[in-house]
Amino acid sequence: MSNKHILVIFPHPDDESFGTSGTISKFRAEGVPVTYLCGTLGEMGRNMGNPVFANRETLYTYRKKELAEAAKELDIDVELLGYRDKTLEFEPLDELAQHLKERILAYGATTIITHYPGYAVHPDHDALGAAVVKAVELIEPGKRPEVWMHAITNNHEDELGEPDFVFDIEPYWERKEAAIRAHLSQVDGMMNLIENHEQTSKQIQRLKREQFYRLTLSS
Amino acid sequence: MEAIDQSAVQEKINHFANKDVYIHLETTNGAYASHFDETAYNVGAFIRNAKVNYQHGKIVSTGGSYRVGLKLDIGWVYAEGVSDFEIDEKDRLLLAGHDREGRLMVALEISEEPFTHEAEEHE
Repeated sequence: MSNKHILVIFPHPDDESFGTSGTISKFRAEGVPVTYLCGTLGEMGRNMGNPVFANRETLYTYRKKELAEAAKELDIDVELLGYRDKTLEFEPLDELAQHLKERILAYGATTIITHYPGYAVHPDHDALGAAVVKAVELIEPGKRPEVWMHAITNNHEDELGEPDFVFDIEPYWERKEAAIRAHLSQVDGMMNLIENHEQTSKQIQRLKREQFYRLTLSS
Repeated sequence: MEAIDQSAVQEKINHFANKDVYIHLETTNGAYASHFDETAYNVGAFIRNAKVNYQHGKIVSTGGSYRVGLKLDIGWVYAEGVSDFEIDEKDRLLLAGHDREGRLMVALEISEEPFTHEAEEHE
């Protein structure tokens, strides 16, 4: 039994598969438990399947099932945090942080993977990442889990420098592809990219390299 | 959803006229528009569960897609680019327009009951 517990905290069903499913698979292969705290159900997503099979009112039902399938592929647990897609940045930051702190302590998380606030493109990514940082600040030093932050903006390396952790997830690529594929309503574009591009293309290489910055807190 | 049947939609619009109804109105080009194309703009707006009572409404064909306008006592509800429709099992009128890849660009929905607004209230 590992005494580690990894918490992945992202806002949407599929963020876990695109951004970190290789890293997740690596931890699972080492016997480390992983739980995904998923902020919303992605109710406001604009992808409805291609050809379209969902609508604004039914989309969440598909995304919920897709997430469960991806979680099965990755052999992880999921907890839904119950917020609404696109609205996280408008929730009071302190309340979000308190909620997250309580969950982090309940799981006894040793490492958290989340988005790098300010470098994560989608407003929900930035907002939840910021709330995670705040939540960890609220935990007394010495009891804080490590925080690994995933940056997405095109120019993040120019501003942030080299990431602290870089994983070549080639050994887990099939698992990652299966997890991505589970999000059927969302991934048409990405599957085209995977199927129609040279495996050496820049986008594919990007999917096969997962990298994170470590959060450093001053106090 | 299926391609809009103009007379079926018009009939439903008429059915909801002069009643208190809830509207979901939305347009979006996604949160990643300017991430994938630096020259693009991220634009979007939605209003969920606006309670209105409209005098009358009309769906107009533009050849391929449709515009819908609902006349309120003191204003309007308007959507352009809807092409697909569904009257769902809750008797709500769902209208949407999608791009070539099936991504939603615009939606207008009308219901006599509020639309879900909490992530976990449904089911």
